[in-house]
Amino acid sequence: MNKLKGIAASGGIGIGKALVLGKEELTAPKTKISHEDISKEIYRLEEALIETRKEISNLQKKILHDLGFDHAKVFEAHLLVLEDRVLIEDIIQQIKTKKVNVEYAFSQSIKKYIDTLLKLEDEYLRERVIDIEDVSRRVLRKLLKKETINLSGISEKVIIVAHDLSPSQTASLPKENILGFVTDVGGRTSHTTIIARSLGIPAVVGLEVATINIKSGERLIVDGSEGMVFVNPAEKIIKEYQKRLTKITKDIKTIHVSKLKATTQDKREVIVSANIELPEELSLAHEYGAEGVGLYRTEYIFLGRRELPTEEEQFKAYLNVARKMKPYSVIIRTIDIGGDKFLSHPQVPVEMSPFLGWRAIRFCLARPDVFKTQLRAILRASVEGNVKVMFPMISGVGELREAKKILEECKKELKHENVYFDEKISIGSMIEVPSAALTADILAKESDFFSIGTNDLIQYSLAVDRANEKVAYLYEPGHPAVLRLIKSVIDVAHQNNIWVGMCGEMSGEPLFAFLTLGFELDEFSMPPPRVPRIKELIKNVKFEDAKAIAEKAVKLATAKEVEKYIQDELKKILQDDFDRILLV
Amino acid sequence: MERIEEEIIVSNQHGLHARPAALLVQIANKFDSKILLEKEGEIVDGKSIIAILSLGVNCGAPLKIIIEGVDAKEAFAEIKEFLEKQSE
Repeated sequence: MNKLKGIAASGGIGIGKALVLGKEELTAPKTKISHEDISKEIYRLEEALIETRKEISNLQKKILHDLGFDHAKVFEAHLLVLEDRVLIEDIIQQIKTKKVNVEYAFSQSIKKYIDTLLKLEDEYLRERVIDIEDVSRRVLRKLLKKETINLSGISEKVIIVAHDLSPSQTASLPKENILGFVTDVGGRTSHTTIIARSLGIPAVVGLEVATINIKSGERLIVDGSEGMVFVNPAEKIIKEYQKRLTKITKDIKTIHVSKLKATTQDKREVIVSANIELPEELSLAHEYGAEGVGLYRTEYIFLGRRELPTEEEQFKAYLNVARKMKPYSVIIRTIDIGGDKFLSHPQVPVEMSPFLGWRAIRFCLARPDVFKTQLRAILRASVEGNVKVMFPMISGVGELREAKKILEECKKELKHENVYFDEKISIGSMIEVPSAALTADILAKESDFFSIGTNDLIQYSLAVDRANEKVAYLYEPGHPAVLRLIKSVIDVAHQNNIWVGMCGEMSGEPLFAFLTLGFELDEFSMPPPRVPRIKELIKNVKFEDAKAIAEKAVKLATAKEVEKYIQDELKKILQDDFDRILLV
Repeated sequence: MERIEEEIIVSNQHGLHARPAALLVQIANKFDSKILLEKEGEIVDGKSIIAILSLGVNCGAPLKIIIEGVDAKEAFAEIKEFLEKQSE
């Protein structure tokens, strides 16, 4: 067995056979033509361009239908390449003067432009090579009378393994037969990632050596949430993943409940919302019935680029999410990354413990220029829908005050500029550092809401780095210390009349969702596919039961005891529905 | 026949990458005039997407627009507005 680690691009699990897409070799042979053949070659060029045009238009229609307008627009540039006068004249000139065949003339001209593009300093422009290569391959195939690799003809369920996927490749894939994507290149915002997420297909990208290490037909497990790919895994691992997969499939099957509200049998209504990152995930959030966005991660706008995103660009992104989620609320978390992640900051030294280092609100307060641009964009987007702003990694009230002061400055500026925004925008503190949890009473007096980030809270309270395999077993959401912190944060918040959400993985886990329901949590935010299951759970239990069980659970000694106790109690409550809802 | 030659600063935030370049070509092709773009001495056809892309125009780059033809004035106005627009 072979385990490959890449970038977790699109969540979920795929188990199946690999289909490795080799890089297609399209070489144009050079042949001399006679003077009489010149017009024939030019005619062949025109024919190939027209046919390719038809092909792309059809593809564009399909994409418009499957993925929507934004994805379809990408192909506008492809179509323009086909009618590019400079390119076509260049090809015709070569055919006429050098007396070469059209295939050769075409590939030489294209090569010339691609080489120029590759020399450009701007990363964005350099990446356009992908588009030009994509379209020129289509034309070349027509000229060489080669069949277009027809990915839409894939008739069995497979995991696609490729060096990279071109926009037209991903678009033509029959999504019902694709169990996952695995690519050598790519990042969190690359094309494959975006498509995979909008289709809800698990994907791991940036594996570098996937196409070398994986052969077609080999058995694979793609764990898109952890960014892992197992090649020919042991039976035991397959079984384990199959269990988790059935659980996920189950989420999709319970979709019919998703449109209903999450109300317990004794009429306590809570909010079940979605964690999203890319705007493409909004449709998933809707599909699974999320009532709002409990955590909108904004890091993707900042990553993998040289220049900082402008206020306008951010404003548009936030406004789009706010609009599409209307009337539900959208909690926009200000950037939660380390200073080293900014390409515009190459001189930031490597930190020994980045988790404890210069990141999130610490970075933002040190770089008010970056922070202000984001806050202004968030404020401007607050005219639409129901936008809330949340600060990550608050460790004490000092940071919250400073952040709020900068927000106030932005408000003043906007007012002065006569720009509209929601003057009463809700401000939340993310509770993920133990010191914040322990001073929640102080923070609550100056926050409009809390959102508990359990992933970090667990790591910081238990001093466990989850990525370190040797200590990962100590990462226990059910640890009494964690439960006590969560309970006290919720209690203190309610005493101060503010509401509390939870946006870590715990809120999407049925056992802990039930436990925190008993702690009187107000909002549960999770990856969209988890929403239906949690709603189903909440609808099948009584708040009074959850409260009584939570009260006892929090007094138990170990995480194991806690989990077993909740599980046993839930079995008693749900009886025959237990497997259906939890299906562990 | 009119001829307009003027230098402007591109404010489109990504410069002229695929989508803005495509839009520019679509605008340019609406007009009969000859439209050329000049950056650092290099001159390309403003109606060719490949040529525009290979010019490598970033945001903030000075770009000379040279337009010659019957509808030069209208063409210039529209192209200038597009290139100096902040968003998209």
